[in-house]
Amino acid sequence: MASSDGLPFTVHRSLFTGYGKGDTVIYISDRWQRWRRDPRVVWTVYITLAALLVVLPFVTDWALGRSWVRIAAFALLYIMLALGLNIVVGYAGLLDLGYVAFFAVGAYCYALLASPHFGLHLPFWLLLPLGAVVTCIFGVLLGAPTLRLRGDYLAIVTLGFGEIIRIFLNNLDAPVNITNGPQGVNLIDPIRVGEFSLAQTHSFLGFTFPVVYNYYYLFLLLTLAVVFVSLRLEDSRIGRAWVAIREDEVAAAAMGINTRNVKLLAFAMGASFGGVAGGLFAGFQGLVSPESFTIIESIMILCMVVLGGMGHIPGVILGAVLLVVLPEALRYLGPLQQALFGRVLADPAELRLLVFGLALILVMLLRPSGLWPSTVRQRELAAGAAESGRA
Amino acid sequence: MIRVSVTGAGLSLALTLLLTACGQQSPSSGGVIRIGQVSPLTGPQAHLGKDNDNGARLAVEEMNARGLTIGGVKVKFELVSEDDQADPKTGTIVAQKLVDAKVAGVIGHLNSGTTIPASKIYHDAGIPQVSPSATNPKYTLQGYKGAFRVMANDVQQGKTLGEFALAKLGAKKIAIIDDRTAYGQGLADEFEKAAKAGGAAIVGREYTNDRSTDFRAILTSVKGRQPDLVFFGGMDAQAGPMAAQMRSLGIKARLLGGDGAQSQEFIKLAGAAAEGTVASSPGLPLDKMPGGKSFADRYSAKYGQIQIYAPYAYDAAMTLMEAMVKANSTVPAKYLPELAKTSRQGVSGPIAFDDKGDLKSGPITLYIVKGGKWNALETVGGTAAAAGKK
Amino acid sequence: MDIFLQQLVNGIVLGAIYALVALGYTMVYGILGLINFAHGEVVMIGAMVALAVIQVLVGSGVPLPGPLIAAVGLAAAIPVCMALGYAIERIAYRPLRQAPRLAALITAIGVSIVLQNAAMIVWGRQYHSFPALLPATPHHFAGATVNDLQLFIVALAALIMAGLLWLVHRTRLGRAMRATSQNPEVAGLMGVNVNTVISLTFVIGSALAAVAGIMVAAYYGVAHYFMGFMLGLKAFTAAVLGGIGNIAGAMLGGLLLGMIESFGAGYIGPLTGGFLGSHYQDVFAFLVLILVLVFRPSGLLGERVSDRT
Repeated sequence: MASSDGLPFTVHRSLFTGYGKGDTVIYISDRWQRWRRDPRVVWTVYITLAALLVVLPFVTDWALGRSWVRIAAFALLYIMLALGLNIVVGYAGLLDLGYVAFFAVGAYCYALLASPHFGLHLPFWLLLPLGAVVTCIFGVLLGAPTLRLRGDYLAIVTLGFGEIIRIFLNNLDAPVNITNGPQGVNLIDPIRVGEFSLAQTHSFLGFTFPVVYNYYYLFLLLTLAVVFVSLRLEDSRIGRAWVAIREDEVAAAAMGINTRNVKLLAFAMGASFGGVAGGLFAGFQGLVSPESFTIIESIMILCMVVLGGMGHIPGVILGAVLLVVLPEALRYLGPLQQALFGRVLADPAELRLLVFGLALILVMLLRPSGLWPSTVRQRELAAGAAESGRA
Repeated sequence: MIRVSVTGAGLSLALTLLLTACGQQSPSSGGVIRIGQVSPLTGPQAHLGKDNDNGARLAVEEMNARGLTIGGVKVKFELVSEDDQADPKTGTIVAQKLVDAKVAGVIGHLNSGTTIPASKIYHDAGIPQVSPSATNPKYTLQGYKGAFRVMANDVQQGKTLGEFALAKLGAKKIAIIDDRTAYGQGLADEFEKAAKAGGAAIVGREYTNDRSTDFRAILTSVKGRQPDLVFFGGMDAQAGPMAAQMRSLGIKARLLGGDGAQSQEFIKLAGAAAEGTVASSPGLPLDKMPGGKSFADRYSAKYGQIQIYAPYAYDAAMTLMEAMVKANSTVPAKYLPELAKTSRQGVSGPIAFDDKGDLKSGPITLYIVKGGKWNALETVGGTAAAAGKK
Repeated sequence: MDIFLQQLVNGIVLGAIYALVALGYTMVYGILGLINFAHGEVVMIGAMVALAVIQVLVGSGVPLPGPLIAAVGLAAAIPVCMALGYAIERIAYRPLRQAPRLAALITAIGVSIVLQNAAMIVWGRQYHSFPALLPATPHHFAGATVNDLQLFIVALAALIMAGLLWLVHRTRLGRAMRATSQNPEVAGLMGVNVNTVISLTFVIGSALAAVAGIMVAAYYGVAHYFMGFMLGLKAFTAAVLGGIGNIAGAMLGGLLLGMIESFGAGYIGPLTGGFLGSHYQDVFAFLVLILVLVFRPSGLLGERVSDRT
């Protein structure tokens, strides 16, 4: 349907869309659609995206300051975590409120085996897979008692599990000192590949790469790997089994899916992503302590997944980036007020989280299926809304 | 058809606008010297974080009132205060932010868990850092020349408390409770060591966490062992209700606490049950310090009641700025040696650093609640005391 | 052995506190299927508003008896919380009734953050001491101590539970609530104004939150803008333990959770020979919860729902 006036877009007030009643949308014509599917265009977009990601640290450092490169690195970590939780919540539909436990296990795994605490200094290429395996086991341990539970009962058990892990980490310093208690494990080895340590500034082809950049690139590589694995899982038999369980567990079982194993697999795979992210976090920060792994973190990761668009990888990535960037961007409410009003009206530290909470509410009210939901879910939502006929 | 939602576009526009504000950092003009301050300004410890912020702010305002000239330029100090939410991740982001803003020095952070990772960032940038309240010994064991603290180590405090409990309070059976934070557990462990060394019997070791308000279960356990002294390693917000619950359960033992409990807040929250509680605080009583009483008055006039660490934050800021004045330079590399050589009277006690950056063995004062107010009982240690045993 | 009785008393009183908050949680869940994360914050706001009014009264030196001042504080807090509950439902939850369940959960989290920070801005960051207004004369028996305030709290929780049960099972409104919770559409067809019923449920739940808030603040003597978070979480755990959506379940769950925590804190040490101590009391509580749910997946008193999600 090309527009009659020859312009590539029309404006249309939509009565019923998957977005929400009364939402105004801009329609873009078919010419754009065909161009979008052209393989040459797709490849150009991917290559541009890759180039942008590679150049990102330099650009942000120059434009906004090095703290934003650090924020970008944390955003990548959270993308990994969100994608892990996406498997559990988005694909398999299991509400997990204690996901940060896996992050903690991965981090402590790395910390305990690569620091002066036990005197072990294993290399990171051994520790990251080891952390993933250990977290997988914990994932299965968590999943096992929850197999018969529905919805909010599952939520409370996973929440309890998250707290149990945190309490153990906080208190296992007596009679045998395993985790060093509330003081945490300090002086963790930075990530090293042979002689090449990420914790040093390097020069390459005339460019300087400070420590933060090095970690950014490592995180980027691993995040891309995680995205790849997620994409493959989504389209595999297991992925479809997860979706089947999410939609209707009885029917799925009737179709011959071993619901128990598939659910345990969801927990295990989701957990492993958390474990890898945890190991990277430990190497990056140099200190892990139980106060980094609170319930609030779990809730934030859940928000990222739901806000972005549950079950839809680009949406989850968007949600993670947004929820990491927004609180940091809101620190600038001070200078913003200065620029707009000439003086600071309200204390920015107090406003920051208030505005963040308001943003959460607003986004969910405007886009209940997430900022970037998969088109399938949007159609389902719209169909559901039309069926029940209620506004 | 492709649809592009206007709400989506609107939201991204708002975010971009916000981010562009990020670029607007006021350039460091001739005489403005930025000093960073980091503490949790939101979350459950916000009252302590704001306290630090206020203390540092008072110091900065007073220095500005003096109209100083450093290196031939008239200077004005500006406090850049950031919220680290007591979260180590946020702490490192904020640290980098301050480094990017080219602050001349940092006061912070409040919690050890955030101070230690952040200290790495400040060290790499060569920016001196003075913490008013981080007590984890590891902070100064990292070998960073620019890391200091103006708060006495828990090792000293715990030892003093242990010895005092045995010698002056005559305790023979002691029950110990801690809140399982780095501070509370560290203090309680040191106290236990000292008490055991003195021959007291530890009849019970109980634990709570830093969010609880109900201690009846553990206190009942403690009551069953009939101690004559109960030691609590933790903060005033919990020590207060704990004292009240002790009395309501009929526990007659005295409550002993560390500097976390030695505050006005404790007396308010414990009510009548506060009477007889003993707590320690590093440094000398405020009214014995030169300028101490006037500090308390000035602070109360501007910010209300002192929570706990404001005097330390004030001292940290003053020490930092005075080192700059002494060295006649605000460049970190130039004033760092002066900072390390600091020897001055703060409002919380004498300030001098040892070679690791810890506060040299300072006096520790014990207070008792009498008639609804803290009265100084005794001061232990001082300049004559041996330099810290690490 | 004589501390056993005291631990029992501790557990029951703590349990009654959890039950007070859990009752509000469970009411809302029963109707909407929504975990109202903001409930804990409404409790906090009830406590803070009551405290503000009480501080004014006490400060003005008017010679009123303590319980009367507390009642005035309560009378001030209840309408505020009711209005707040109504506003939250209308603004944040009603537009999302057709949306996926998790959307409403995220909104609830957002509301909870907003309320916490608004309270921080309005009432400041410090811990406020709640004056001791209610009589707390101790009674000693068999080595244990109970005071009047504790007895009052337990009695209050039982009374409120009885009142709610009467409301839900013996009144027209209750019938409408039950109908709405089973099938909102058909209830609408039967002449129930679903929107009104849901709003009323929220309003009643919030009024309960105000009562819970003032009792918690009076019992512990502290009010703080962050107090709602842990309380809400514990209450949610209690409600789930008893079977969420079930009023008697909330009371039972609350009492059980309180007792588990009390006995856990008191006896883990001796039971494990000193290997574990009272710092694992929360672990103990959650482990018991998980065990209960393994054998009764819908909580202790929850109905066995069919396997359709």
